[in-house]
Amino acid sequence: MNAPTRQPDADIRELSYSEAIREAMGLALERDERVVLMGEDIGVYGGAFQVTGDLVERFGADRVMDTPISELGGAGVAVGAALTGLRPIYEFQFSDFAALAMEQIVNQAAKMRYMLGGEASVPVVFRMPAGSGTGAAAQHSQSFEAWFGHVPGLKVVQPSTPEDAKGLLLAALEDPDPVVMFEHKLLYKMKGHVPEGWYTTPIGKSAIRRHGKDVTIVASAIMVHRALAAAEKLAGEGIEVEIIDLRSVRPIDGDAIIGSVKKTGRLLCVYEGVRTLGIGAEISAMIAESEAFDFLDAPVLRLGGAEAPIPYNPDLEKAAVPQIPDIESAARRLARREV
Amino acid sequence: MSDDNRPFAIRKYDAARLRDALRKMYLIRFFEEGAEDSYMRGLIHGTMHLSIGQEASAVASCIGLTDEDKITSTHRGHGHCISKGAEVGRMFAEFFGKEEGYCHGRGGSMHIADVTKGNLGANGIVGGGLPIAVGAGLTAKRLNTGAVAICFFGDGANNEGAFHEALNMAAIWKLPVVFICENNKYGMSTSTERSTAVKNIAERAVAYAMPGHTVDGNDFSAVAETVETAIARARAGEGPSLIENLTYRWRGHSKSDRNRYRTKQEIDEWIARDPIQRFRKELIEHAILDESEAEKVATEARQEVEAGIEFAKSGTAPRVSDLARYVYAEENA
Ligand SMILES: Cc1ncc(C[n+]2csc(CCOP(=O)(O)OP(=O)(O)O)c2C)c(N)n1
Ligand SMILES: [Mg+2]
Repeated sequence: MNAPTRQPDADIRELSYSEAIREAMGLALERDERVVLMGEDIGVYGGAFQVTGDLVERFGADRVMDTPISELGGAGVAVGAALTGLRPIYEFQFSDFAALAMEQIVNQAAKMRYMLGGEASVPVVFRMPAGSGTGAAAQHSQSFEAWFGHVPGLKVVQPSTPEDAKGLLLAALEDPDPVVMFEHKLLYKMKGHVPEGWYTTPIGKSAIRRHGKDVTIVASAIMVHRALAAAEKLAGEGIEVEIIDLRSVRPIDGDAIIGSVKKTGRLLCVYEGVRTLGIGAEISAMIAESEAFDFLDAPVLRLGGAEAPIPYNPDLEKAAVPQIPDIESAARRLARREV
Repeated sequence: MSDDNRPFAIRKYDAARLRDALRKMYLIRFFEEGAEDSYMRGLIHGTMHLSIGQEASAVASCIGLTDEDKITSTHRGHGHCISKGAEVGRMFAEFFGKEEGYCHGRGGSMHIADVTKGNLGANGIVGGGLPIAVGAGLTAKRLNTGAVAICFFGDGANNEGAFHEALNMAAIWKLPVVFICENNKYGMSTSTERSTAVKNIAERAVAYAMPGHTVDGNDFSAVAETVETAIARARAGEGPSLIENLTYRWRGHSKSDRNRYRTKQEIDEWIARDPIQRFRKELIEHAILDESEAEKVATEARQEVEAGIEFAKSGTAPRVSDLARYVYAEENA
């Protein structure tokens, strides 16, 4: 995080979230001949969100491949290439378009190892710009983390910082199984410390972004930052919030969440995907089934996306997903046990 | 054979119809310039895809349609929308996110539709409209309405599986569908040479046993004539056709395009082939209207656009409490 109090320091190198992802891909392309990038307009255009940027100039069009507008086919080619020895990273222009490629991701990539009795491996990475807040309306703003999280055989990660974006992408590349990485569009320009060189952020491990004793908030992607802002305000009222950045949706880091809830006795789940049948439902159930249940001092709360597609009108769009005041008031109600 | 060798549209349509076609082309141009300007001033958010330079393709393809006929459109759909009879005021209201907009502010530029006029909507998904048009063709055939479905899509969309599945089904069931590919040379930054195995997209018609035509999409009459033939075939129960209108978008793909994949020279060459100027000249040459009448058409279109922006600005914002309205049918509607 770009903490305002930090002193300028030779060791602290800052990159944006998109630069961090590009750096990871550049390192991978340099280090491993088998790595190829595929996607629509990722070459000279630099990607719809300028994430691949200049990589085509550095590595050539044979390794940074513009595909036709063919998501099902493109994702499937990546799956076939991964199955036979390449290490493809396939970029969807928007995560919404992964709906066109569900067949290859869900029916093929996710199940291949299992169906073949462990005899095959599909080390493919799918990158998906996700989330609302850009005024792009219902077909360009969705949050599908829970959809993919529902599929055994896939791993699903959702970085909230530049450092984790790089580390999780490199971990995804090293992983022998298919990994879906959700990149929140509103984070692309966010800057933060990013270590040099090759490192990985473990898949399946969350991170505590703020320590507190009163309420646990489990959040992911942009919601981590909104929760941090809410926590700052609540601290002024004497409410100490602990914030867990989920980072991985599948596998989910149950131990960390259970441990935190045992300490605070209160849990708020904040996520952008549609509230019902979402990530928060899973976390709530996990707590209900765990030893943390006996430590609860209040009901578990979920803040998620509205039960509606993402609307175009900016005020409606804001109202469709949790915002800082929503998080603040939910956490306050929990802390005061007004629920 | 007649010895009338005037352009098709001049022979076929009366002066009022032709004047209206010119009016619509100007409306599209000025509507999009107005939308672009409002975007620059921060009055509109999100993004938009402008079809400036492609007006002949949209208007000529729709000139023979009635309100019973359906169209499916694309992300670059303002022209189709206006061609099918939409009011620019309600379109601007949609851009401004107002209740008076065609989608009550829920859809924005990429989802404008006007089902009362047979416009089934723009689409945020490339290729999304192709099977839907086939469905509209199926309805027309089953219910014997005599309607046709015009399916607009871009050159980029012809590489989606949906394109191939849709054309095949329309062909096997002989449905009244006209597939109109607006080939503006690029899908975002990717040229058809790099994305598409055939030279002309119309060649793909062969694989689905339907007629395929490649047309100069900036030539109003050429487009109108080809589409007219395809519509006649569709209405006669002989099945679908694939038409490729060769055209060009003057603007970038969307608001974030740096135009790194094409040259200034190429853009300028196409700007010199302005479809509106060309049609206007043709109308004057054939004495459909004179210079001052043409100017009047343009001026009125400009005024209509300005009035549309004012209408939109004074529109009503949707209530936040109505966020989940329209997700399902209303209980006591
Ligand atoms: C399924 C899907 N893939 C990708 C996109 C992103 N996208 C929007 S428009 C576009 C280019 C479409 O090209 P074309 O069909 O030629 O239409 P044009 O923009 O040239 O009018 C792309 C890649 C999308 N909206 N939907
Ligand atoms: Mg195109």
